[in-house]
Amino acid sequence: MSAASASGNVIRKYLPVYFLLIGIFLVEVLLSFRISHTSTLVIVLLLMAICSAVLGLMYFMHLGEERRGLFLTLIPVTIFVLLMMNMWWSDSVRLLHMRPPGQ
Amino acid sequence: MSETEVAVHGQGALMEGSPYAIPSRKFTMWLFIISDAVTFGAFLFAYGYIRVATPNWVRPFETGSVINVILMTVVLITSSLTMLGAGDASKAGDKAKAMRFLYSTMALGAIFALLHLREWFELFGRGITIGSGLFGQTFFTITGLHLLHVLSGVIAMLVVGTKYSSGRLTPSHVETMGLYWHFVDLVWMFVVPLVYLTNIAH
Repeated sequence: MSAASASGNVIRKYLPVYFLLIGIFLVEVLLSFRISHTSTLVIVLLLMAICSAVLGLMYFMHLGEERRGLFLTLIPVTIFVLLMMNMWWSDSVRLLHMRPPGQ
Repeated sequence: MSETEVAVHGQGALMEGSPYAIPSRKFTMWLFIISDAVTFGAFLFAYGYIRVATPNWVRPFETGSVINVILMTVVLITSSLTMLGAGDASKAGDKAKAMRFLYSTMALGAIFALLHLREWFELFGRGITIGSGLFGQTFFTITGLHLLHVLSGVIAMLVVGTKYSSGRLTPSHVETMGLYWHFVDLVWMFVVPLVYLTNIAH
């Protein structure tokens, strides 16, 4: 296969992922006009953003093609750290009013 | 390992191969990406809590801003596609094509930055700045950090591209650069819904 056709193929190969990402984003825009309840909107948009991120990681960043060890080393730890951060931030929100929420 | 083997294969013969079967620079980039993801995570979590806990939150984005953000997102996702082309062309040894793809990616990155600045100046015109309250502080901090990543990426790509075309860097460097660029794209997928789409004026 020539060099020129090889790089043409990769664009064609990832074109469905590209359109899928744009499609997910457009659905997000549409939902942001439809859903008026903020918390529901945040959760829905966050879930869709996670789907986009997984597509980006697996296909554009080729994590799906790397050894499974790399995935297992990087991703669970990152998710754990982010979840722990979520726990700590919720505690720090009390600083907005210098008292725990609800008091 | 005998001294003869070391003499024949060099000190590299003493080193074990990567357990992940990727070059060390690529693994280093992955570690950087993870640490940067946590940085963005901290900002986005902080924003999320402040956003939900604050009544009467400013919702400044109208149809014009939404169209602008759609354009920005399409431009950034397209730049990821051209970056994939650059990585692949460089691997296939087609330097001219790799450079064309790299220049396209840089141009798209620059367009994204200009659209971003247009959005900022539009907000400045309406009196929303980094000092005008919680919305301004969180919005300009998060989008500013992302814009900094985009601009750094464009500059880094220019350096990597120039050195790659002159033969001082290898296709592996272009691939590693691509990882960073895709990460910038990936972060934007969280910034847009949380910072823009939840703040549309109804």
